[in-house]
Amino acid sequence: MSYISLSAADKSEMLARIGVAAVDELFGCVPEELRLGRDLDLPPAMSEPELLAHFDKIAGRTTYPRYLSFLGGGAYHHFIPAAVDALSGRGEFLSPYTPYQPEVSQGTLQVIFEYQTLICQLTGMDIANASLYDGASAAAEAVLMAQRLNGRSRVLAARSLHPQYRRTIETYTRNLGLTIEDIGFGPDGRLDGADLAAKLKNDVCGIIIQSPNFFGVIEDLPRAAEEVHGRQAVFIVAVAEALSLGILEAPGKLGADIVCGEGQSYGLAPAFGGPFLGFMACGKASLRQLPGRIAGQTKDVDGRRGFVLTLSTREQHIRREKATSNICTNQAWCALRATIFLETLGQAGLRETALQNMHKARAALGRLTRITGVQARFTGPVFNEFVLELPRDAAAAAEGLRAKGILAGIPLGPDYPELQNGLLVCVTEVQSRESIERLALGLEEILR
Amino acid sequence: MIRESLIFEISDPGKPAFALPALDVPEAEGLLDGLAVRSDIPGFPQVSEVEVVRHFTRLSQQNYCVDLGLYPLGSCTMKHNPKVNEKVAGLAGFAQAHPCAPPETVQGCLEVIKSLEDALCEITGLQAFTVQPSAGAQGELVGMMLIHAFLKSRGNPRKIVLIPDSAHGTNPSSAHLCGYKVQEVKSDPTGRIDPDELEKAVTEDVAALMVTNPNTLGVFESDIADIARIVHAKGGLLYMDGANMNALTGIVRPGDMGVDVLHINLHKTFSTPHGGGGPGSGPVGIVKALEPFLPTPVVVRRGEALDLDFERPRSIGRVRAFFGNFLVAVKALAYIRTLGPWGVREIAEISVLNANYIRKSLEGIYDLKYDAPSMHECVFSDKLQKEATGVTNLDIAKRLIDHGYHPPTMSFPLIVQGALMIEPTETESKRDLDGFIEAMKAIDREARESPEILKAAPHHSYVRRLDETAAARNPVVRWEKPKNP
Amino acid sequence: MVPQNLRYTKDHEWILADGDTATVGITDFAQKQLGDVVYVELPAVGTVLAVHQTIGTIESVKAVSEIFSPVSGEVVETNGRLADAPEAVNQDPYGQGWIFKLKLANKGDLEALMSDSEYETRLAGLEH
Repeated sequence: MSYISLSAADKSEMLARIGVAAVDELFGCVPEELRLGRDLDLPPAMSEPELLAHFDKIAGRTTYPRYLSFLGGGAYHHFIPAAVDALSGRGEFLSPYTPYQPEVSQGTLQVIFEYQTLICQLTGMDIANASLYDGASAAAEAVLMAQRLNGRSRVLAARSLHPQYRRTIETYTRNLGLTIEDIGFGPDGRLDGADLAAKLKNDVCGIIIQSPNFFGVIEDLPRAAEEVHGRQAVFIVAVAEALSLGILEAPGKLGADIVCGEGQSYGLAPAFGGPFLGFMACGKASLRQLPGRIAGQTKDVDGRRGFVLTLSTREQHIRREKATSNICTNQAWCALRATIFLETLGQAGLRETALQNMHKARAALGRLTRITGVQARFTGPVFNEFVLELPRDAAAAAEGLRAKGILAGIPLGPDYPELQNGLLVCVTEVQSRESIERLALGLEEILR
Repeated sequence: MIRESLIFEISDPGKPAFALPALDVPEAEGLLDGLAVRSDIPGFPQVSEVEVVRHFTRLSQQNYCVDLGLYPLGSCTMKHNPKVNEKVAGLAGFAQAHPCAPPETVQGCLEVIKSLEDALCEITGLQAFTVQPSAGAQGELVGMMLIHAFLKSRGNPRKIVLIPDSAHGTNPSSAHLCGYKVQEVKSDPTGRIDPDELEKAVTEDVAALMVTNPNTLGVFESDIADIARIVHAKGGLLYMDGANMNALTGIVRPGDMGVDVLHINLHKTFSTPHGGGGPGSGPVGIVKALEPFLPTPVVVRRGEALDLDFERPRSIGRVRAFFGNFLVAVKALAYIRTLGPWGVREIAEISVLNANYIRKSLEGIYDLKYDAPSMHECVFSDKLQKEATGVTNLDIAKRLIDHGYHPPTMSFPLIVQGALMIEPTETESKRDLDGFIEAMKAIDREARESPEILKAAPHHSYVRRLDETAAARNPVVRWEKPKNP
Repeated sequence: MVPQNLRYTKDHEWILADGDTATVGITDFAQKQLGDVVYVELPAVGTVLAVHQTIGTIESVKAVSEIFSPVSGEVVETNGRLADAPEAVNQDPYGQGWIFKLKLANKGDLEALMSDSEYETRLAGLEH
């Protein structure tokens, strides 16, 4: 199958106008000795039916959809209204590029403007950018932004921050002279206040805390904010499960200076980890240090409202090595899906979905901890995930449940050696009372 | 024409909410006790599905897009996005797979990643690939980090990265983010790198040269083998920005030119939709010596099955969560499988044919600052029109909108004043190319006969020229509820 | 014609000395090159400057230019009006559009700068 639109006659006519006999002559500037001189070693071309059959077969080797899954940990199964697929699948949204020419891109630009507004409302901040790659890279960008704001170089990161976010921050900052130190967690699963107090000195650039944190526990943000601001450090709050913002108070109202996170829960499938949606919001005063694209409102020559990409002087195509970030292409289409999702659910639908997640997780936690030997690892309040302390190695238990068609959760041992028996279980609105019961019965059986 | 409001302006809290099934577990007592919760999200919309559908359908109609017509945005490779690829990416085995699932349960996903890496190795002549980078700029960052880690393992990461003055802005920005000092290399009078000048600039402090080939003028760096030799002789590495791979597929491979590290853009060369500005994907290819430093995890074959290797002590780490923009990788692989070896070669052949057809048709009417042979794109400027009539590339671009086309890339590369950078791609028909050529010719005539038409263009768009200065001087970057009078 | 009572730098700043203090701005040529100015990042009062030190940036919609200190000294005042009205740099570069004032550390620094006629010669050279 080919997507070329030229006939043989077209090609001859075009070559004649150019004044060459064959296409090959157009490559005269490529030295002969560098050329491949053979066919690429790739499988032969496929027709559309063959392609579909081929990929059906490959996709079928992923058996995951046949399991009852309680996996979360930064990627969540939530219901996606049909309108999200129908509208975001329109070619007018899928097939344009970045809105460099605003007069023919008002659709994309207005969507970004609405998206920025929604993110501000959800996070409680003044301004938001048009999106970043994902929650982890947004966390890294937030740390770099904090350094631009106060020039300090010691960063504190909660140990309950998503381990992959933590590793991403390490990679981004490695060659820039920043150091990252852990702040531990207490028996409630929340930030260890004493550890924070001990490490928080005047040379600390900023602290990054996730809430709900990697263990699903909702942090006490105001308490941390007070300590951090006492040292003029930047308080970064990461939100990996953005649905929580439908019910939990906005981090911006609880003292956050930068709120960053992962918007996958807003209408994006788990998709084996991507494409997802990084978001970032901050206070007005930090506008010129915010990385990424920003849409702004203006007027056209006839006085009509319109939108443009603005404040581009922060960006790489103008400021080059002095830019706030190297980001160019971001996740605009994912931001579009989030916008459609949030506007379809509306305030009431978002709140109800968030509440159902909390109720179901609470019900599951109650049911599972009635099993002999199974406890909640942490005592702090949770959103839709929690850590079970099992009487044996969690990875082994998870494998046992897999044989029963259940993916019960993420064993924490590989990332947290001290939580070898910890299993991170996620229960969202897509789980039913029956599925929770099936998990409980399965767990009972394998622990027997 | 319907003027579409912001959703916030048509919101009404009294409207029926999106319905979920009734809660099927007992309501937990004291669920929110002691928590900071919100009773209201001020300004958050509440509208019906009907209103949402009309809102986004109307907004969609204010966008120009590839599905509508020629989109000759130079350096962005706006080619047709095959519909079947969307369907493939929507298969449950891909779209519903959870990234934390045990590898045994996501074999299909791992197979896609491995197959794409293998195909990209063959197409580029490099030895290993990672698909983790989310877009070209993140690919550049990963590439520079790999170079840094590799050189450091040899004792000295070095200090300087050389970058031609015609390069994309992401190049210096990515090198800087990796801790390198950027030093610019001036283009020679043909728009290429001058090997003699390069030889003077390359010292033992130089970690790498970042080259784009074909460069941003659409000109092939014919001396690329010499360039590689000069950089390698001083122990540096050659990085290639693969943004312009569309000109090369199946004809010549970066690995065979002496390139050590390369990123490519799946959303350019391999047709995945640009989505209004992402998601993209920027896989990075490398020579064997850099393999130990690849981001984790790496997909590896263990017997019959595929697995994820996290135990890589020399790895640079990771630059995002999970495995990259996976569904973008699915679409790119589907494209490569559809085309096969000849089809992939045809990408380069026809994109170069189409670009040269446009160049030949407009030469003399628009100025070509550099007349070196064009590959997949050509860079004209507004020089002739500006001198004769005062109209600028901005006016020409805006007038193209009235003629029904998306404007080319403007004012880039920086070494061409008033640039109009045209990249038609291989999927355009002759009829569409001719239409665009005729529009450009008509605009030249209009510039000479009635330049005021261009100065005030566009005339037939949803909005007319927008005040970008006002937007930047007084930024309004979110909706706010109007204050009561 | 550029004002005769000023000294100029090759980066297109002007400086007006008055006793121990001096006022600094960018030239008419510089503002035209930049286009509509949308933002001026000002130095903090009290900042001690060396010759040619970067002290801020000046931004238009699609360009950024650094502001260098033409001489050594200490910043004593900045033009606060530019926060709300950056267009003053375009409209009146040698007057209302001034950027900052400094206390001169070494009056001899002024000697190294261009006179009006030298600057005009330089501008004429740039036209080609």
